Amino acid sequence: MKFYPGVPAMPGTSLDNHTGNWRTQKPVFDHAKCTACELCEQYCPEPCILVADDGKFDVDLDYCKGCGICAEVCPFDAIKMVLELK
Amino acid sequence: MPKVIAPRDPKEWSLFTAGHTACAGCGQSLGARLVLNAAGPRTILVNATGCLEVFTTRFPSSAWRVPWLHSLFENASAVGSGVEAALKALGKADDVNVIVQGGDGGTADIGFGSLSGMFERGHNILYVCYDNEAYMNTGIQRSGLTPFAASTTTSPVGSEVLGNTTGKKDLPAIAVAHGVPYVATTTVAYPKDLEKKVKKALSIKGPKYIQILVPCPLGWGHDTALTIRLARLAVQSGIFPVIEVENGKLTSVMRIARKVPVDEYLKPQARFRHLFTPAGREELARVQALADANIERFGLLGARAG
Ligand SMILES: Cc1ncc(C[n+]2csc(CCOP(=O)(O)OP(=O)(O)O)c2C)c(N)n1
Ligand code: SF4
Ligand code: SF4
Ligand SMILES: [Mg+2]
Repeated sequence: MKFYPGVPAMPGTSLDNHTGNWRTQKPVFDHAKCTACELCEQYCPEPCILVADDGKFDVDLDYCKGCGICAEVCPFDAIKMVLELK
Repeated sequence: MPKVIAPRDPKEWSLFTAGHTACAGCGQSLGARLVLNAAGPRTILVNATGCLEVFTTRFPSSAWRVPWLHSLFENASAVGSGVEAALKALGKADDVNVIVQGGDGGTADIGFGSLSGMFERGHNILYVCYDNEAYMNTGIQRSGLTPFAASTTTSPVGSEVLGNTTGKKDLPAIAVAHGVPYVATTTVAYPKDLEKKVKKALSIKGPKYIQILVPCPLGWGHDTALTIRLARLAVQSGIFPVIEVENGKLTSVMRIARKVPVDEYLKPQARFRHLFTPAGREELARVQALADANIERFGLLGARAG
């Protein structure tokens, strides 16, 4: 990470910190069930939910802490939390 | 046909960036992200001490893509007042939002004097209180916004008392009493309501106050996945009324479609565990009475407020 004398921190540099390694479980997105309702994106606290090339929602595992909020708010049962063994 | 959306990534669009070190499932990190993205890039943030300050600015990084200042716990509103006065002197006050933000401890207790001064002097500033109902960053001490019967490290459960013996300080009413033109409450369960209120507040000249209920899995002792559900149940049970007060008049309330008993809200939280023991029966009834009193006071089930 770059250090700028006189400027304590540059904008958005938290992105250098990959909080994904905190996780014990990860969300797995079923693109066939996803209706692109946007609820998971709205509620992810990081935020680390993105729209993939097929227009369906998915997760950026570099940052996902595995809280399970996205799976809990999904009305279409398109997100499953699975234990992640590293 | 299900809708299909063009690729997008919060690394590009969000003014509040991932990689911050809030606990998994932190309601406050979601609240702050919603507030800043609603306010937009022409915003200066002044932050009081607390979790939000700590988890967004791990030295030497920042989760903010706008100018952001932190000085002390007690003086965030005074620093914000200075920022606003400087913008005025530079002739830039019209197109820049100044938002001062802090936790419930920073707002209701430690920074309360400087907040009152900011209201009194009429600065054009939006103050946002992220209410997680205790001093979380230092390990869950009771604040003036900790609800009745909640167990914290300074309001523990024992043979003599069952958690916090006092109720939540009525900060929105205190803001209204200062003559603040716009006062509102909301929770992270309702992002559209939250965004609408932030935008509306910023369109009004003078001091504004918004209090957002933000569940804290660590301090409330709930499953990280339940942050949104609890923020919704707090409203549907009447525990946390979502209101808008403009120029001293109650102009909107969030209606309760189906009234939920307080048990549904309290049970998933370890801080209220003692209410579901035989010793806690009386306290549980008092929590229900407090919720019922809110419903009555703001007409949450009755006819539309005018
Ligand atoms: C004057 C002063 N007193 C105490 C502290 C220690 N302190 C730092 S963060 C914090 C808790 C903040 O609580 P709150 O404002 O509710 O925000 P939260 O962490 O819950 O988001 C405390 C007590 C401090 N930094 N300065
Ligand atoms: S599990 Fe939590 S952090 Fe991970 S994508 Fe879902 S809401 Fe975001
Ligand atoms: S202690 Fe609570 S408020 Fe602080 S980062 Fe963790 S979940 Fe958020
Ligand atoms: Mg707090």
